[in-house]
Amino acid sequence: MEKRELTCIGCPMGCALTVTIDGSDIKVSGNTCIRGKNYAENEVTNPTRIVTSTVKINGARLPRLSVKTKTAVPKDMIFQVMEVITKTEVDAPKKIGDIIVSDIAGTGVDLIATKNID
Amino acid sequence: MYDVIVIGGGPAGLAAAYSLHEEGIDNILILERDDKLGGILNQCIHNGFGLHTFNEELTGPEYAYRFIEKVNEAKIPYKLNSMVIDINNDHQVTYVSKEDGLQTIEAKAIILAMGCRERPRGALNIPGSRPAGIYSAGTAQRLMNIEGYDVGKEVVILGSGDIGLIMARRMTLEGAKVKAVAEIMPYSGGLKRNIVQCLNDYDIPLYLSHTVVDIRGKKRLEGVTIAEVGPDRKPIPGTEIDYDCDTLLLSVGLLPENELSKAANIELSRITNGPVVNDDLQTSVDGIFACGNVLHVHDLVDYVSSEAALAGKKAAAYIKNKTAHQSYLNVTPKNGVRYTVPQKIDVANMTDTVTLRFRVDNVYKKRFIKVYGDGKELSKQMKLILAPGEMENVVLKKEQLQGISELVVCTEEA
Repeated sequence: MEKRELTCIGCPMGCALTVTIDGSDIKVSGNTCIRGKNYAENEVTNPTRIVTSTVKINGARLPRLSVKTKTAVPKDMIFQVMEVITKTEVDAPKKIGDIIVSDIAGTGVDLIATKNID
Repeated sequence: MYDVIVIGGGPAGLAAAYSLHEEGIDNILILERDDKLGGILNQCIHNGFGLHTFNEELTGPEYAYRFIEKVNEAKIPYKLNSMVIDINNDHQVTYVSKEDGLQTIEAKAIILAMGCRERPRGALNIPGSRPAGIYSAGTAQRLMNIEGYDVGKEVVILGSGDIGLIMARRMTLEGAKVKAVAEIMPYSGGLKRNIVQCLNDYDIPLYLSHTVVDIRGKKRLEGVTIAEVGPDRKPIPGTEIDYDCDTLLLSVGLLPENELSKAANIELSRITNGPVVNDDLQTSVDGIFACGNVLHVHDLVDYVSSEAALAGKKAAAYIKNKTAHQSYLNVTPKNGVRYTVPQKIDVANMTDTVTLRFRVDNVYKKRFIKVYGDGKELSKQMKLILAPGEMENVVLKKEQLQGISELVVCTEEA
């Protein structure tokens, strides 16, 4: 049996949640509403985040192009995703939504541009 | 002579200009001092913008682009690299740019949308030396995200405002070690979501009721000392913790940028540091309107966009049919409510409803937000939590306000 303490991000209340995990049985306490329960269950089973950063862009007036993972990636993959981002270089021009790296770090998620740079 | 000049091409200026266009006012000009539209959103590359406006989570540049696109499609004229240096109450606007030199232009109305700036180290009275490596969080954000510099390797952050929290994560992802975030107040001024996803996710400690008491280093920052503060916010001897670091970020508040408003003798609020406005978002100077962070600092850009759209609509109405404001109902904030925007309402000339936006002065649990007209309760809403970092609002109807001479917005224990 595992116990984890989380802070709910559903609203400014920020309830202190306690999650007890016993195999597939997950119990949440400390929440005020259903959002806390859903958030905690998701956080302990499959936590994901959208990663945002910049990559080097050549041939533009400014040196960086802002990027994001098109959808959320598993939280424990964030640093593998960053490793690829750090090594990535692209050439101008780029438009919002352009794929910069497809299937980044084997997550199945594309890295896309979030800025137009001529 | 323009119909309207909009000062600032950030989220507020863009939404105000587009709203003018929708109202049929096209003889307008946006003046922007940067080399592109979008303002501060261009450097806010993280996601979380636009949940209210577009029902999706966009990054800052993507959110800005939605409005830039609309402005371009509507062929709304704008000038970049154009810095407004003076305005006056005759609606004259003086700007400088490489292309035009020094120019003075005139408009029937002006919309102020200059945004805000960060509170600097000089406003904090932190003792210690003055080495390189101390940045306001937004400056560091620009250096990293736009200009591509490596800002530092070992970082301490003073203040837990949202930009500081966002930068804690950003620098961690770029390989820096963020050692601590110190916050002088017993609560964070940042959004809960940012505390969790920017600090907790990366095991960055947040020290509440702590501040920086010493800064070391001659040429480059070598270290800082933080200490706990008492209820009087004075450091408690013996609680000091030393950190070796090459970078100190300051995320200690934003101030509306009202140098131009002062030049036009616009009345400013000592609480918001922005203009005092009526329900049309018109300042004390006839025909000059204000919206966005120059009016009061917002936490969500969605509210900036909607407020700016209202300013555009009201400026358009002013041009078409000037209203003479005879008398105002002042809004009095009380018992935990720090201020309201607008501060006064012309009930006779108002539209059907008015939205009062405000902030509270402390963290409160289980309280009512109540509105009283001449001592009679006009509205109440129950709030499980109220925090200074989260802007609140109440909507009042014209019929509720007619005949009232004293209007109070307050919190009350449940």
